[in-house]
Amino acid sequence: MFSRCNKLVSSQSTAQKSVWSCLRSLIKNDYATEATFESKPFKLHRLDSGPSTKSTITSDEAIEMYKQTQMIRRIETAAGNLYKEKIIRGFCHLYSGQEAVAVGMKSVMRPQDSAISAYRVHGWTYLMGVSALGVLAELTGRKSGCCRGKGGSMHMYATNFYGGNGIVGAQVPLGAGVAFANKYTENGGVCFALYGDGASNQGQVFEVYNMAKLWNLPVIFVCENNGYGMGTSTERSSASPNFYTRGDYIPGIWVDGMDILAVREATRFGIEYCTSGKGPLVMEAATYRYSGHSMSDPGTSYRTREEIQEVRQTRDPITSFKEKIINAGLVSADLLKKIDVEVKAEVDAAVKIAKSEAEIGLDELANDIYSNDLEKEIRSTTPFLFYKHNNSSGKTPINL
Amino acid sequence: MAVVIFGFKIIRKLAEDTFILNGHHIWHRKSFSSFKSLWAKQMTVRDALNSALDEELKRDERVFLIGEEVALYNGAYKVSKGLLDKYGSKRLVDTPISEQGFAGIAVGAALNGLRPICEFMTWNFSMQAIDQIINSAAKTFYMSGGMLGAPIVFRGPNGASAGVAAQHSQCYAAWYSHCPGLKVLSPYNCEDCRGLLKAAIRDPDPVVFLEHELQYSVTYPVSDQALSEDFVLEIGKAYIERHGKHVTLAAHAKEVQTCLDAAKELAGQGIECEVINLRSLRPLDMETICKSVAKTNNLITVEGGWPQCGIGSEISARIMESESFFLLDSPVIRVTGVDVPMPYAKNLETIVQPKPLNIITVVKKILGVRGKVSSISL
Ligand SMILES: Cc1ncc(C[n+]2csc(CCOP(=O)(O)OP(=O)(O)O)c2C)c(N)n1
Ligand SMILES: [Mg+2]
Repeated sequence: MFSRCNKLVSSQSTAQKSVWSCLRSLIKNDYATEATFESKPFKLHRLDSGPSTKSTITSDEAIEMYKQTQMIRRIETAAGNLYKEKIIRGFCHLYSGQEAVAVGMKSVMRPQDSAISAYRVHGWTYLMGVSALGVLAELTGRKSGCCRGKGGSMHMYATNFYGGNGIVGAQVPLGAGVAFANKYTENGGVCFALYGDGASNQGQVFEVYNMAKLWNLPVIFVCENNGYGMGTSTERSSASPNFYTRGDYIPGIWVDGMDILAVREATRFGIEYCTSGKGPLVMEAATYRYSGHSMSDPGTSYRTREEIQEVRQTRDPITSFKEKIINAGLVSADLLKKIDVEVKAEVDAAVKIAKSEAEIGLDELANDIYSNDLEKEIRSTTPFLFYKHNNSSGKTPINL
Repeated sequence: MAVVIFGFKIIRKLAEDTFILNGHHIWHRKSFSSFKSLWAKQMTVRDALNSALDEELKRDERVFLIGEEVALYNGAYKVSKGLLDKYGSKRLVDTPISEQGFAGIAVGAALNGLRPICEFMTWNFSMQAIDQIINSAAKTFYMSGGMLGAPIVFRGPNGASAGVAAQHSQCYAAWYSHCPGLKVLSPYNCEDCRGLLKAAIRDPDPVVFLEHELQYSVTYPVSDQALSEDFVLEIGKAYIERHGKHVTLAAHAKEVQTCLDAAKELAGQGIECEVINLRSLRPLDMETICKSVAKTNNLITVEGGWPQCGIGSEISARIMESESFFLLDSPVIRVTGVDVPMPYAKNLETIVQPKPLNIITVVKKILGVRGKVSSISL
């Protein structure tokens, strides 16, 4: 135990702190309460110094992050199965393989910070406060869905989570707009605008790079580089695959997106940078998607099965994190097993409801087109039947 | 040939039945000429489009296909399957996800003598590029006083799909047919797809070509004539899919099928619908519609798009502005998509698009009111 603690810490002050925690926990229950980990170096663009490659977490934080990654993985596995059973329809984009990006970021986001992403958002929606049931029932289009089944896989929202956008790239200006409002109201919040390597080639991304820097908006442009935009590899889509440098005049960081703690430190650095008034940052998180682009894409015509296998075996974000925290003595393998069982039970229960529950009633079809519903009657397919236009929740929208 | 084998009576009987071919597609038969198609080649809409692209790429070196996933991936909906292998990466150009950029590049190439086919993975994404379509492609010939043309085809899947919610399920027919300078085509079956796509590619003007996403895997017969490499349909002409005397149903794309299904049902109740497949939304073939109205005195338009400023609105207005107005026995009625963004939940999604039942209800209502068909109880 002792030697392990020592081995894991290298910087002086953290070393002292960790050794102390180790000692304390040894007396208590034989497990460390805190440990420090070293991550791969970051790549920097127009920055003199970057995030710390050392990350210190408590055992509670480790447990929380572990649970979140497992939860996302399980939700996605369940979603995949529900799709195969034809209970989830249309598009269904899974986040499996990319969990570390969301979990690492969320672990240091403050209550005033927010995020927006594209259509691969089941995991983000969960992290931003929606239950597994809220996500899964949205996927099956049922009542308990976080958007009452009206949005489906690509369109989920939560407090401080602005979606859920199906139009590649469109979320990036929106994220800059959320940051604009943060700056305007001086609420101190930072907005994370996430987009893929494919989306990075949309013109509107470059338009808002410019405005965000011009006006020093507190926005972090997070490019989740999973190697492919649908069937197109980054080499085939992007003249420069160094996404962290593509903001040119905006400083950038490359981070290993398979390492929760590296993402955590990069995000922490980003928040400090933005809140000190220096303006936007670009953060490229190198990651990988295990499944096809969406459930209808087998995902093997443009990459090899071996490539997928290799990433799963050598870079899996959950396996590596699990090993790290067990080896550091932060948690026991038994505890993690217990968490796995709990997560499975929660997701299984959610699946059950998401499968069996009813959809919202037809009377809600024409609800929520406007929040001030001046058109009380909404035309059906013919002029002989009209639907009532109401607001479903009866509550004021969270931003109005 | 059919006559020789069966004799006329049997043909009539068969001709009025519904056939299920290839186990999945149902279509209706009403005349000797289409009976011939029982022996015609069967094809999916996807293959019809693929073959038209193939033949036009072969015919004209200046023709190339550009868009997302069109080459290596064979098209997101596999419409360009096999074409990269045949024509190489000079003629099949995979682009990054940059609609405004590659649509602009395609228009520029057209201005400089090429014949681009610009694919939008779906028309939903054309909104990123709508400026290049309208301001650059549609208006250049006019703005240049006839000096510079823009021979380009913009194509891709359009209309309500299944289970993909509001941003990926909508019809652009009304949007684009609003604009002078564009020709707008909306094919229904395989022959439409082959004849109209070839016509579009050979046309000197910018053409918006709206393929219906849910039609790609549907099978239709294709006549020998339509299989010819030079089978080209005239742009701006509608086609009467079914003749009838009581009411005219004018529709485009998948909704033609909805009308045919309704017409079939109504025929059993003594109501004969004339079903017009509009094919071309700009120019709009008002001549065919007006002639039909002169015969039936009743008109219903059917479309998947929203009602306000839709294709049906335009047809109704033009009827009002013409002599045909005086020939109507009842008001023109629009059957349209429900006036809401597309919901994801299946029960809601199902009622958003026009169904045969909606058409049947409207037909009965307008005919019943006029008391024209006595055999119908309302
Ligand atoms: C404007 C627009 N163009 C095209 C599409 C179709 N499309 C959906 S996802 C996608 C690939 C995006 O890849 P990337 O940004 O790398 O994100 P990833 O799927 O890898 O998470 C494409 C082309 C779309 N939804 N919106
Ligand atoms: Mg990607």
